[in-house]
Amino acid sequence: DTLSIAMDHLLGLVGKDYVLLIADRKVAYSVVALKSDHDKIMHLDASKLFAIAGEGGDAVQFSEYVQKNLHLYNLKTGLPLSTKAAAHFTRNELATALRKGPFQVNALLGGVDHSGPSLYHLDYLGTLHKVNFGAQGYGGYFCYSILDRLWKPDMSLDEGVALMNTCIKEINSRFLVGGADFTIKVVTAEGIRVLDPVLASSA
Amino acid sequence: AGKNCVGIASDRRYGQYQTTIATDAQKIWKIHDKLYIGLSGLATDVQTFIEKLKFRITLYQLREERDIKPSCFAQLVSTMLYEKRFGPYFVEPVIAGLEGPNNEPYLCAMDLLGCTSTAKGFV
Repeated sequence: DTLSIAMDHLLGLVGKDYVLLIADRKVAYSVVALKSDHDKIMHLDASKLFAIAGEGGDAVQFSEYVQKNLHLYNLKTGLPLSTKAAAHFTRNELATALRKGPFQVNALLGGVDHSGPSLYHLDYLGTLHKVNFGAQGYGGYFCYSILDRLWKPDMSLDEGVALMNTCIKEINSRFLVGGADFTIKVVTAEGIRVLDPVLASSA
Repeated sequence: AGKNCVGIASDRRYGQYQTTIATDAQKIWKIHDKLYIGLSGLATDVQTFIEKLKFRITLYQLREERDIKPSCFAQLVSTMLYEKRFGPYFVEPVIAGLEGPNNEPYLCAMDLLGCTSTAKGFV
């Protein structure tokens, strides 16, 4: 269902030593909002975040599959997978499934490892691209121009959060279906931090 | 192609419909010093296909202990594509290399099913 995959807003950006990911908290079924506090950003492991946009079943099944396989790798080898390797593994799963039974899942995968912070843009076809900032869903139409203009390399966490807040404000004022709450998560070398969700009422 | 030289040019846009997501996409890969391949088409198939190609070339290198000839490489690409005749990779390769001791230019373009068209001047 192409509509539901586009209705999830995901945004991410890479800062000096962190990756910031935000996702809206709404789960919709046709024209009904089923839930307004759903967390769409999964913790793949202590240093990776996986924000998923898409069909409910596919989103959960696929993200859990990736998470458990990363865990298995860790158990087998005793080594954590780099962000790049995890992203390529995920891409391969999507690309293999494409001609069998595709997962209707678009994603942003962000993590911090020995080479620093990195963010990957993944679509349901299995197209992978490393980016400095990215979006999935309609949110991109509103926010790419803001990110193009205001993102710069090596931003501090405060600057990153401020930039994301600008994007959230834009989505909430201009997107047809307004009033979305957002989950905000940061991954740094120290691990994952969940920042207070941005509530549409207070934005 | 020129005198004992060849080149491939590509754009660097990765986009979906009207949205540009990235401006640094790689669409040309080096196979060895005298052989390059450019791949256009569906981005996910481009990525999958180049992964499979690199795998085959690595094996070739290990077995043959030499670089693959451009014409042989083109045949490999053509075969790999035609194997998927009824469920193809949506990629359109352009191959450029220098063949033989005299570094003769070799240019070849293919469709998604592996139909080769070798040319003298340009593709």
